[in-house]
Amino acid sequence: MSPFAWRPRPMSEKNLVELVIGVTLLLFLAVFPVFGVGYWVSFVLTQTFLIGIAAASLVFLTAYGGMVSLAQTALYGISAFALGNMVTKGAVKGLHLGLDPWLAVVLAIAITTAIGLVFGAVASRSAGIYFLMITLTYAVIAFTFFGQVTQVSGFSGIAGIADRTPALVGDPVTQPNRLYYIALVTALVVYFAIRHVVRTPFGISLQGVRDDPVRMGSLGYNVALHRTLAFTFAAFIASLAGVLYGWWNGVIAPDNVGLGATVDLLIVAVIGGLGRVEGAWLGAFAFVVINNYVRDVSVPVLGGSFNTVIGLIFLAIVIVSPSGLMGLWDRLWDAAGYREGSGPRAAAAAGTAGPQA
Amino acid sequence: MRRAVSAFDWRLLVRRLPVGVAVGTTVFALVWVLFWAPSTNFGPAIHSPANFLITLLNGLTLAALMFIVASGFSLIFGLMRVVNMAHGSFLLLGGYIAYEVQQSMTNGGGLTVFSSQVNAWDWLVPAIVAAAAIGGIGLVTQQVFLRWNMGQDLRQALITIAISVIIADQVVAHFPLESSIEKGSAVNTSWPGAIDRLVNLHIAGVQYSVARLTMLGLGVAVGIALWLWLYRTKTGMVIRAGVDDRQMTSALGVNIQVTFAIAFVVGASLAALGGAVFTSYAGVNPTTDGQWLLNSLVVVIVGGLGSIFGTVAGALLYALVYNFSISYLPTTGGDCCGQYSPVLTFVLLALVLAFRPQGLFGRPA
Repeated sequence: MSPFAWRPRPMSEKNLVELVIGVTLLLFLAVFPVFGVGYWVSFVLTQTFLIGIAAASLVFLTAYGGMVSLAQTALYGISAFALGNMVTKGAVKGLHLGLDPWLAVVLAIAITTAIGLVFGAVASRSAGIYFLMITLTYAVIAFTFFGQVTQVSGFSGIAGIADRTPALVGDPVTQPNRLYYIALVTALVVYFAIRHVVRTPFGISLQGVRDDPVRMGSLGYNVALHRTLAFTFAAFIASLAGVLYGWWNGVIAPDNVGLGATVDLLIVAVIGGLGRVEGAWLGAFAFVVINNYVRDVSVPVLGGSFNTVIGLIFLAIVIVSPSGLMGLWDRLWDAAGYREGSGPRAAAAAGTAGPQA
Repeated sequence: MRRAVSAFDWRLLVRRLPVGVAVGTTVFALVWVLFWAPSTNFGPAIHSPANFLITLLNGLTLAALMFIVASGFSLIFGLMRVVNMAHGSFLLLGGYIAYEVQQSMTNGGGLTVFSSQVNAWDWLVPAIVAAAAIGGIGLVTQQVFLRWNMGQDLRQALITIAISVIIADQVVAHFPLESSIEKGSAVNTSWPGAIDRLVNLHIAGVQYSVARLTMLGLGVAVGIALWLWLYRTKTGMVIRAGVDDRQMTSALGVNIQVTFAIAFVVGASLAALGGAVFTSYAGVNPTTDGQWLLNSLVVVIVGGLGSIFGTVAGALLYALVYNFSISYLPTTGGDCCGQYSPVLTFVLLALVLAFRPQGLFGRPA
């Protein structure tokens, strides 16, 4: 069957179960701040939403474009740095332009998306593992840039972003529920935007590019352009996460976009599953909770810090289930005798090998 | 069929644009450094040849070190298609091991050893021990984690990332071993006293470090040894055959698994050798691994993966751009612009990838 003759499948039993779980979870999250613990609202869940958004941009690129990008952390950092430079004023580091908070948000998103366009265009003739290497160099270059260039950041970064939020957001410290709902709604919008984009003609041909770039090229599709646009879209999503991160954390420093942070976001996406967008938030939740409650645990014999723990967990997941928790869920259904056609999750589970340059 | 002749073929122009931009940028950079370079630290090369020569030598010696490290990365990738993300961590651990061995050989007791107390063996033995130890760790990594999932390149990259996270954290938690020093401190080893001095080059009155020149010699020696190994021995022949066609090579009765193991050990050892050199050159600290993973990646992306000549070209280009951008970017206003050198790394990457996505000497995959 031609991959272009896509039509909606009738809702299967599995889809129905997932829908019920999703709606229940959403209703729960919607009312959670009313009776939930403040710490869980302001720290765990808000962080989960915004990290999930950044991870979703990575999952989108991997699952539908065959491009494993390690630049998503750098991009959301660029967005947060842009926001911080434009919004803060007075005697703080950076450019402290003191712009209107909403204008700064729009500009931060626009700048990040434009940089994403350039990054994507440069890497667009590569895919798979080559793409991963090129985007990793972006990540380290961005880290070095913000570490060295004192006009826009310097080593200690930019503080005071949370003091200059739009009125709608308020003060994230005293009014954490507002940021919670904004992050939740943004996460939902991002989720449905990705689901929509992959079903448009562009999304379908992007999946064609993922599966067989040579054939798509000979059919007249512009492979590099598809990859560039997909990367730009992912940069846009990452920029949203960056703005939320700026508000939530109040500070953005080079360390937030360093190699460790880059690998952390990859770990989030892998824990959740690189094949399904939902996995991004599942992975983010798992990561935040582990990060929170395993902080002081040290591995027997080896010693070391949290990083050894998360490294071992990451190693175990990649070895046991490379398609992450969502992959385990899919396999559970497979084991129960349920079969589903091919799709991004099948491609991600099969070999995790994207098409090569 | 008659070819359409148009007065101005903009499509051709667009297609040739990357080459034009690359050539233009190179010419501009050369003119800038040689004749113009206003308000820079060093000024144009025609006015101060000594500074130019020093920058050039700094670039060449750094390129030699980059070649040593990146050739290991490239060897592993070329044969096995494994992107070894733990390469930087191997270098970091190798550097700390070299430091510990030199400390125990010279009874340093956690203090920096003076080069006058170090003879050639006090430098060579640590480097060899580090290379051997990391070679062993590389062998274990390859046999336990990478042997059974050949071909799943993304999964292998993720596995090596996990290993690099663990190694980096373990190094910070346990090294330096001396209880008198805080864990995760930066350390450095000393060059042997015999080469830790300046020599007069008799060109423009430049005095240059013998240790740096030795580094250049070491890089050339490693390059020649690798070339002899890959092009003049049977193992090398098998490796090159494996790079070209892995399945066909094993179908011809070659035990490709042994070849893989050898290549991985050599690749990891080269990272550790680079680490031993870097520990004397600049010292290692817990952020060294990321920095050298970046260096290896840029070198092989620019030069082309799996090609020894590509690695040479990539190391030269990257190291020269890096060193010249520090010295020859304008410094007007105190803050600007030497600190923008990371942008030039990106420009180099972008220019090369724009007209050769597979790198300068790489072949299309």
